[in-house]
Amino acid sequence: MSQFVQQLVNGLSLGAIYALIALGYTMVYGILRLINFAHGDVYMVGAFVGYYLGRLVSAGAASSSPSVVNFFLVLGGSMAACALLGWVLERSAYRPLRKAPRLNALITAIGISLLLENLGQLVFGADPKDFPTLVERTSLSVGIVTFSNIQLIVIVTAIVLMLGLQYIVHRTKMGTAMRAVSFSHDASGLMGINIHRVISFTFVLGSALAAAAGILVGLYNPKIDPLMGIMPGLKAFVAAVLGGIGNIPGAIVGGLIMGVAETLTVGYLSSTYRDAITFVILVAVLLFRPTGLFGTTARAKV
Amino acid sequence: MKQRGATRTLLVAALYLAVLLVLGSTLIPFIGPYYTQVLIFIGINIILAVSLNLILGFAGQFSIGHAGFMALGGYTSAALSFYVLAPLLAGFGTGGLISAISEPAALAVSLLVGGIAAALAGLLVGIPTLRLRGDYLAIATLGMGEIIRVVILNTDFVGGARGFTDIPRWTTFTWVFLLAGLCILVVRNLIASTMGRALIAVREDEDAAAAMGINTTRHKVFAFVLGAFFAGVAGGLQAHYLQYLHTNSFTFLRSIEIVVFVVLGGGGSITGSVIAATVLTILPEALRGAESWRMVIYSALLVVMMLTRPQGLMGGREFQWSWLLPGFKKK
Repeated sequence: MSQFVQQLVNGLSLGAIYALIALGYTMVYGILRLINFAHGDVYMVGAFVGYYLGRLVSAGAASSSPSVVNFFLVLGGSMAACALLGWVLERSAYRPLRKAPRLNALITAIGISLLLENLGQLVFGADPKDFPTLVERTSLSVGIVTFSNIQLIVIVTAIVLMLGLQYIVHRTKMGTAMRAVSFSHDASGLMGINIHRVISFTFVLGSALAAAAGILVGLYNPKIDPLMGIMPGLKAFVAAVLGGIGNIPGAIVGGLIMGVAETLTVGYLSSTYRDAITFVILVAVLLFRPTGLFGTTARAKV
Repeated sequence: MKQRGATRTLLVAALYLAVLLVLGSTLIPFIGPYYTQVLIFIGINIILAVSLNLILGFAGQFSIGHAGFMALGGYTSAALSFYVLAPLLAGFGTGGLISAISEPAALAVSLLVGGIAAALAGLLVGIPTLRLRGDYLAIATLGMGEIIRVVILNTDFVGGARGFTDIPRWTTFTWVFLLAGLCILVVRNLIASTMGRALIAVREDEDAAAAMGINTTRHKVFAFVLGAFFAGVAGGLQAHYLQYLHTNSFTFLRSIEIVVFVVLGGGGSITGSVIAATVLTILPEALRGAESWRMVIYSALLVVMMLTRPQGLMGGREFQWSWLLPGFKKK
């Protein structure tokens, strides 16, 4: 029993990271009907920006400033850098294809993803790097469960970011515009919404969340390499599909389920099936409920 | 008219086979193992590209799990050869003449079984997933490819994580290009048939095709199964050439590489797939030393191509004899 609860806690902190990435997928899909395959690689870039910023910060401050400040500096810096990256990618690669068949945009997304991975290997080097220790790891135990302060930071940060996202999407003008554009490009264009700006903003938002996930994973599991984005990217995408793609709360729930499913598989079956479980879930969802847990069926009009 | 077409095809096929046999016995010993290997990889990649083109270019179904079918076919045929056929052949004894007859026969059986295994997997995967459209299908095929890979990785009698070694080396230059030619012929003739027209209709507009009375799912599944068959054959050829298989050669990236062949060559153009597969197999060899740039160039090419010429190199057109011989016009 205690092992089960322990796995659950581990799964939730892993799932929180997946959920952050899944949000970017689901928002872009909701608004553009595009699977942004490059999203997992934006998360990788986020982790690497965090790696360099983290080394800079801990060298410059000579460990005099408290670690929490360092963490926030790195988090903010990396989110800003990836927001810019997301904007550039949307502007240069996806916007020219706005009117093209969706398959072309999908292939472009795959191309961008490969480009980021391979440029990453050239620029950052292919060997895994140790993410700088921003926060000393300590163990906390509550009753029968033990967890680290890092897991606590991961979960709390993810919750704060998700609440922030919820606020932006539901309480701001830009968020209203995002929901309108995801409902209909043409109608919202006619209502005077600048669709291109809204789409750019969506990419910026999603990429910033992916960067945050990259930093959190760097704290949690401090080995980063340029190909680290592939699997979490796919898993987060499956999480978004599981929750119902285009649905923001669905992505969060989907991410948490994926994380828990993965740790339970590793804990009770074998770590070799760690990645297979993702795809088993995916195929099951696609077969039995293609719209996901919270998705609604969209009737296609001919 | 029809009769004449068939005769011409037979003639061309016989000529092709003769050229292959002559090249196989004169050119191949002459150019040495390195160039032979490059040629064989070109042939295997042509099979993969043309078979994926049937699914992606002609039927318009975005499958990114081709490497999974390749793996399944490769491992099945390798296991058959290793556990059944090779011991059987050893029982016959190895003489010059005996192995000259028995090895090609064994390879043919082995490749056929590998292809059928891949086709069956394609059927099993295709029936449920081809009801999905567009990007859901892409993701489902991706997931399926990864599942096949992980299952093989955990199957001990084909080597598991150690890889499958000591597969007999039966693949030759002649075999690879014979099958590449067969694959091209089958896909070309299929496209010219009613079935092919229906597939193109599905690609152009699935709803309209359905309204015209085309059973869209059945046609898509058929294209998928046939494509998977040839991918399995290509996997078998690779297995019997390298004599070694490891699941790392059949990852998502391998599937993407095949997609790149089709997209750059032009979806819906067999000629384009052949050219792209040939050029993109030679290119990294020519760029040796700049190894790390290879994938960067690939991916940049893919993006630039999509932005500037989304229809690919050939844009759906095919090679015609009249390009070479201006007088040779079709009546």
